[in-house]
This record gives sequence, structure tokens and C-alpha cells, in this order.
Amino acid sequence: MSVLVDNNTRLLVQGITGKSGTFHTQQCMDYGTQVVAGVTPGRGGETFEEKVPVFDTVKEARAETGCNATMVFVPAAFAADSILEAFDAGIELVIAITEGIPVMDMMRVKAASCHTKSILIGPNCPGIITPGACKIGIMPGYIHQPGRIGVISRSGTLTYEAVWQLSSRGHGQSTCIGIGGDPIHGMTHQQAAQLFTEDPDTDAFILIGEIGGTEEEEAAAWIKEHCEKPVAAFIAGATAPPGRRMGHAGAIISGGKGTAAAKKEALLDAGIAVAESPSEMGATLLKHMGV
Amino acid sequence: MNIHEYQAKALFEQFGVATPRGTAASTKEEALEAARGLNAGQVVVKAQVHAGGRGKGTFKNGFQGGVHLADSPEAAQDLAEKMLGQVLVTHQTGEEGKLVRQVLIAESVDIAKEYYFAILMDRESERPSIIASSEGGVDIEEVAASQPEKIFKEAIHPALGLQAYQARKIASQLGFTGKQIRAASSLFLAMYDLFISCDCSMVEVNPLVLTTGGDVLALDAKFNFDDNALFRHPDIAAMRDPAEEDPREVEASKFDLNYIGLDGNIGCMVNGAGLAMSTMDIIKHCGGDPANFLDVGGGATEDQVKEAFRILLGDSKVEAILVNIFGGIMQCDVIAQGIINAAKTVDLNIPLIVRLEGTNVEQGRALLNESGLALITADDLGDAARKAVEATRAA
Repeated sequence: MSVLVDNNTRLLVQGITGKSGTFHTQQCMDYGTQVVAGVTPGRGGETFEEKVPVFDTVKEARAETGCNATMVFVPAAFAADSILEAFDAGIELVIAITEGIPVMDMMRVKAASCHTKSILIGPNCPGIITPGACKIGIMPGYIHQPGRIGVISRSGTLTYEAVWQLSSRGHGQSTCIGIGGDPIHGMTHQQAAQLFTEDPDTDAFILIGEIGGTEEEEAAAWIKEHCEKPVAAFIAGATAPPGRRMGHAGAIISGGKGTAAAKKEALLDAGIAVAESPSEMGATLLKHMGV
Repeated sequence: MNIHEYQAKALFEQFGVATPRGTAASTKEEALEAARGLNAGQVVVKAQVHAGGRGKGTFKNGFQGGVHLADSPEAAQDLAEKMLGQVLVTHQTGEEGKLVRQVLIAESVDIAKEYYFAILMDRESERPSIIASSEGGVDIEEVAASQPEKIFKEAIHPALGLQAYQARKIASQLGFTGKQIRAASSLFLAMYDLFISCDCSMVEVNPLVLTTGGDVLALDAKFNFDDNALFRHPDIAAMRDPAEEDPREVEASKFDLNYIGLDGNIGCMVNGAGLAMSTMDIIKHCGGDPANFLDVGGGATEDQVKEAFRILLGDSKVEAILVNIFGGIMQCDVIAQGIINAAKTVDLNIPLIVRLEGTNVEQGRALLNESGLALITADDLGDAARKAVEATRAA
């Protein structure tokens, strides 16, 4: 019914006692996510909301609770260290919500990630949700519905927009993955597309990209070769001026690379239906599916 | 973030990157003193603005060129006087040009050959990459297109860093020989140290020069720093020059608002970077022109919304405002209250189009309805953009 996370996901929260960590952990618990542990160095032995044990290290949290996914809310200056700690403890899925991590830090994290089996999602992302089963991240739960459409996105609010368009037309989602807006990050568009292509409970998916980098082009090339499911896409930033960082650190056209036009061309070439306007993401996919 | 050439020179000196000696001057007296201090036969006087094409630029007072040679300290003072306080227009500044508040006085060098050398963070390979060319002092994009064989690339391992053999290899590819190879490769290694230590996203040396005396020097450089890493480099953050930036952007940054000024007439206020970009896109799609990119973020307060409004209304080109909020974490009633508060304190005399969706949307809409504000509500993103474009046409 989903990819990566479901009812069996046992979640750790790194930075659980911080302001946003506390708020969003509560939201995830309210949604039904099994939050089994928290980590804040120096606060080991405390209990979060009278339910969740807090540990000093990820290693202890893993040994005591068997957590198999972590949500990182640690401030940007220390977040890379927290991600590496999660890798070291063997946490299968690491979801980094933190925004504003220095690029050099992420470069080192990615260089280290080839020696681990952990899957990294983010940073600077809304997280991942399998509607009705497990919400890990900062997305508003109520806009989602369980269903059979996947969503992959570099942008938080644009994901909500797409989900809303689907849900309000009566089409639920299998899983929605926010891969994040940073130039160097974990799971790519292509890797997420591969998961949805192989998932028997996903019928079709939407890929939401933005200017900067070449990930959308790489995903398009992969989809052209390997994916038979209907795919729709939208690329944000067609009107963005070159050389300016549009909010997301990764959303920048530099040296003539990463334009929306080049991405749209690659997507169309792969047989993907490209929405011309962000208000038509849902409708474009449904039309492409013939429903 | 960008810095001035004289600041780049200071960083070069700090990291041992060979560069001609020089000092910044903000008055003609300082210029005279700086030129005397160099004790060089000939000096170069360069206008300090954040824009390329200075040498070929024109001052609004008619003086030609923002880069000149001077044969004596007095001549340097004379040139500085002609540039300081004047507005320089280059192909990168736009018609309005940039005010020159400082000049760089540097020793002049006799150039035998010019090269191009850059280090950048390559997002595809997720590691730093060196790009160098034996064709320097020109537009590197043109060289890449017309003579790709003259461009050399070297990927650097994130953990190992630039190795000495790699630096020698690049030096050799560029055509350096004999003692020049050691001079060039030590410059490259020092430059890499600077790149990593200062959290740069790009350092571009154009030109890198070989002097007739056989020295290899970084003559001019363009730096980009990773804004996310400035917190650990207060010395570099202090090099920021707000006078070089769009005043609207400087104002917005005071309130932690993510704002980028554009040239259109529809002011935008949106939450989330992707949605903010898409809002610009859909305005264009409907035949309109956005005045800005503005992401108020996921957790904006009423005050931030109010300040955002003030900045949008302070832009004389803005003829309508489009508010597009998809409340996730951001609650629609908070946004609505911010809009209402802003409308009380500022004179809202242009059409305001509001599209709210998401968390607490009913409370948000009710607040706006009860406020008596003359605003245009929209059902969805497409509807909002169409109404905003119509409003500017009617204006």
C-alpha cells in the first residue's frame, strides 16, 4: 500500500525537545505514527509527553526501542552530525527536515553515506507520509487521503497543493515523498520514481521539480526506459531570473544549466504529462491516467 | 553573498594566494596615500562595485572606464577623484548603474598571458570541481561553447581534498612549464584551502595571469559564499555591502523574509519557496508580470506578514497584490489577522487578491469577511492569478 513507511515504522525523533521538534512530534503522534524514541544529548532519561523515552545517543535509542526510522529536527549548525550519528547507529531511514544546513556539511554527509545502508531523505524537506498509516514530517495530515497515487517533490507547499488537488478530486495517495530543496541531498527524483514504479500499490505518480540541477532530467531518462505507469510533472521557476537563489538553496539557474525549459523538454520526451500551471498538477495526471 | 574585489584580495593574502599588492580607498587623499605606499612604478585604479564589465563601463558624468592605469601617485589620485561618488554603468549593472564609493589601488603587473581558474561546488557529482582554461580574461561560457578543448576539469574528492598531483596536472594542462608549474600549483592549493575554509560555493579567478617576470598571480576574483554557512564566518558576513543590493531585499532581510525583487507590477506574498516560484510562474502564464518573489516561510508571525505588506506597498511599481497561502504549519487565521493589521496601519489603495487554503481556512476566511476590507477572494491558485492580472489591467 506504500513505499518506505507504513504501520510498522518505529520512529525516532532527533531534536525531540526543541520547539519545532516538540510541536511536530506531537502532530505525528496525533496522526497515528508510532513514535518510540527521542534523542536530545544531555536529556537522556526524560520522557516526552509521558509516553516517549528520551535518550542521549541514537545508539542507545536503537538498542532500547528498535526504532527503524528517524526524523531529524536538529538545528542547521549541528544537523549533519546528527545525520551521521543516525547512519552510524544503522537506522534504516533518515528523514532530515532541518533547513539551512551548509552545503559543505552535506557534501561530507553524502560522501559518508556510500558506506552505510541507511536511506537519507532531505534535508530541507517536508518529510514523508503514507496517508492513514504513518506521517513523518511537517505536512498537514488532514489534506491527505489513502489511495494509489504517489507524489515526489522538492517543495513542501507545492506538494500540499498537488495533494490537495488530488484529494479534492477523490484520489488518494499511496505515499508522498518530499526530497527537499537543497543542492546536495539524499534521495533523488530518480530513486523515488523507481520506488513508485516498483510498488504494486501505486498506479501513477506526480513528480514536482524546480529549477536548478539536473535531477529531473535524470529521472525523465530513467522513466523513459523503465516506467510504464502514467507520470505527470510540474517544474516551478520558469520565470525565475538566472543566478538568483529562489528561497531554496538548490533553486538557482547557474551557467545556463537547470532551466525549467530544459527540464520540461526532457520530461515531455519521456512521455510524461507536464502541467503548464501549478493549479493543474492533479488534473494533468488524472487526464493522463484517463480517469 | 558577493564581496568586493578589495575584500577578495584581503582573503587571498590571508590564505597565501599570490596576488598583486593593493589597498582600497574611499577618498582621493586615501588614494594618493595608497598609491604612494605601494611604491610601484605604475598602479591600477579600479572602481569597486559588484558588477562585471567595469573596464568597458561608462560613468554617468561621461568619464570612460572603471579601470585605469596611473604612472604616478598623483595621477592615481586624479583618477580616483573622477570615479569616487560617481555612478558607473556596465553591461551588468542595468541602466541605473552603481555608485562607486571605493576604488582599489593596486600595483600594475606586466601580463605575459591570461588564464581562467575556478573552483565550484558541483551539485551533480556532490563534490568540488575545478574548471580551468588557457583562455583567460574573456567570457568563459563562450570559450566552453566555441573551444571546449581549451577547458580543463578536475573533480576533487570530498574527504581527500585537492591533491598536489592534481594541481600540477592542471598547471601542466594550462601550458605552464618549468618553475611556473610549482608557482601555479601552490596558488591552486592555497585557493582550494580558501574555498573549503570559507564555505564558498564558487571562487572564480579571471584572469589568472603569468607575468613577464614569471610570476603566477590571481588578478581579479569573484566569490560566492554559501549563505547557510555564514553563521560560522562572522568575518565574511561582515563583508556584506547592503548598498550593493536591492533596497527592497535589504529591508525584507531585516524581518527574515525571503524576498527577491523583480520588475513587474503584481506584488506576491506566498508561503513556501516552491509555491512562491509557482505563483510567479502562473502570473506570467496568465499574461501578467510579478513584482517579486516573496516566501514568508512556514512559521510567519502576524508582524512578519505586516512587514511583508509594507514592503510590497512601498514598491511604486506594484499595482495589485496577490496573497497565496497554503496553510500547512502556517495557519490561515494568522495570515488573515496579519493582513487585517497591515491594512489598518498602511494605506491599502490597490486591489488585494487573497487565496487561502489549508489549516484553519474557515477561520481565516471569516476574519477577512468580517474585517470589511475591500479585497477580492479567489477559489484556487489559477483563479487568484487571473483575478490579479485583471485587476492590474483595470488599474
